Amino acid sequence: MNGAIIEVRGVTKAFGGVVANHNVSLKVEPGGITGLIGPNGSGKTTLFNSIVGQHPIDDGSILFEGREISRLTVQQIARLGMLRTFQQTRIFSKMDCIQNLLISLSHREHAWSGMFGRYSQELIEKAEHLLEFVGLYSKRMLVAGSLSFGQQKLLEFAMALMNEPKVLLLDEPTAGINPTLINGLIDRLKRANQEFGITLFVIEHNMRVIMNLASHIYCMSHGELLASGSPAQIRDDQRVIDAYLGAH
Amino acid sequence: MTRKSLVLHLLLLAAGIAAPFLFPAHTIQFAVFWVFVLFALTWDTMGGQMGYNSLGNIVFFGFGMYICAIVQIALVYNVGEYTAATGAIKVDFTNQQYYTGLALGVLMAAILPVILAAILSWILFGLRGPYFAIGTLGVAIAAAELTSAWSWVGGGSGIAMPVFPGGPGMRERFFYAACMIATILCYLFLRWLYSTRFSLAINAIRDDEDKAEALGLHTARYKAAAWSVSAFFLGIAGALFGNMTGFIEPLETAYPTLTFGIFMIAMALLGGKGMLWGPIVGATLFYTLRELTWTYLLGWQYIALGVLIIVNVVYFQQGILGWLRDRKPEWFGVRVETQPAKTAGKP
Repeated sequence: MNGAIIEVRGVTKAFGGVVANHNVSLKVEPGGITGLIGPNGSGKTTLFNSIVGQHPIDDGSILFEGREISRLTVQQIARLGMLRTFQQTRIFSKMDCIQNLLISLSHREHAWSGMFGRYSQELIEKAEHLLEFVGLYSKRMLVAGSLSFGQQKLLEFAMALMNEPKVLLLDEPTAGINPTLINGLIDRLKRANQEFGITLFVIEHNMRVIMNLASHIYCMSHGELLASGSPAQIRDDQRVIDAYLGAH
Repeated sequence: MTRKSLVLHLLLLAAGIAAPFLFPAHTIQFAVFWVFVLFALTWDTMGGQMGYNSLGNIVFFGFGMYICAIVQIALVYNVGEYTAATGAIKVDFTNQQYYTGLALGVLMAAILPVILAAILSWILFGLRGPYFAIGTLGVAIAAAELTSAWSWVGGGSGIAMPVFPGGPGMRERFFYAACMIATILCYLFLRWLYSTRFSLAINAIRDDEDKAEALGLHTARYKAAAWSVSAFFLGIAGALFGNMTGFIEPLETAYPTLTFGIFMIAMALLGGKGMLWGPIVGATLFYTLRELTWTYLLGWQYIALGVLIIVNVVYFQQGILGWLRDRKPEWFGVRVETQPAKTAGKP
């Protein structure tokens, strides 16, 4: 395949005087799992927000499947097949789990007339199947707001899968999750990547998780790209170690 | 629809048909009651189901009222001359002229507010939360002021509506039936609407609009459509209410932001917002209390209603049906099964 599914070229984003991203360039290869690490405040989430169109960028360009997307809205980018989950988990708290999944269906070919259709039994079964996949089947009739934080994260993950995106950007998928559940989550992320063929781009603080998961890792620090390479290369990179230990 | 629910619906329908025959002196009050139910239902589509608290929905009511009046007059007379005379010109409408004008007027009063809603949603739906509420309030106040200043439609002195051609007693029954039919159609339409994908989409916008956008939902479309539905039925209600009253003017009849405009919110909150029957229950209780206080507590009626609203908002935010749903979820079809999967065979 000719190049990357996401290509970020020289992106700069400043909030007032604070430069959150400065001249960041990176590539996400299709079909794989790419990691993004860096200390708190290094600009990882800002970069995610720039990629999915949450805010306009000041300079540079962002390509999705070779197409410039830096001027599209969040909804347009989502409909192209690039989805994100949030660091602060976001679900529809007053709707039950099944409803949360049904509304997450792809809106790619959604015409005006489709607004007033009903959900087929097939789609309801698909929703139930995905809830089973993340281990929430028994909670499917519960209002999503009543789930625990970790369960809400799993629900949000299932919602993203329901949408069948090409790329899924995950912002700290294991933050706040019970350590014994993390292994299960890693396993599910890998299965989502392999079985559903979804390219993953993951922000993660937990080194054990990201080293297990990603085949290629980018490290950011102070808004700039510091290093990139395989998990082994990143682990041994002195600059990365310094950044985390605060030598900068 | 279950058998029990069908019987309940038919009983209510029978009560609605019987009311003007049992209490002929109160026919107009009953007709206004139906309009109040429609107010609460249409407000709830926005405020309850979608989480957009509009303080200006009354604008579609007034807009529909004026459009209907203008259409009715323009069919047989010059509107400018008619309104300039402030009721001194008495045009005799034949039966056919009257009913054609009314039918056409109601039709236009349904369609044009939808177009207005589409335009307003394009301007106002960039706003969220309190800013949207204040923005819509501004629209309602501006509409009243603009109408007051526009002499072609009678300005502040209003329009004397064409006189209903039927005999005494007929007028009340005619408009009672029209208001009841409009409200029932509104109820049936919303009942259907809330059973489609549409309801999940507007509920999602209510719960977390950013997340809905992140999933690629066409939020702008859904919001515009929801407001258009409100505008459609409010426009019809305005047209009927104007004709029933017989005389319309901008501040008290067409755009009563501080009375009807607030009542529609109070009723939806009282009954339980975000539920189809919540606004209906709320409207019934609110209207009954309103009529009682107007009869027995005259002079104190607004204070009594104010106390009701305060108690509702401070101590009882979920409303009557919301409170009931918290206690008896199974009555509302909320299933809380927690046993593990047995039948869904797929891993």
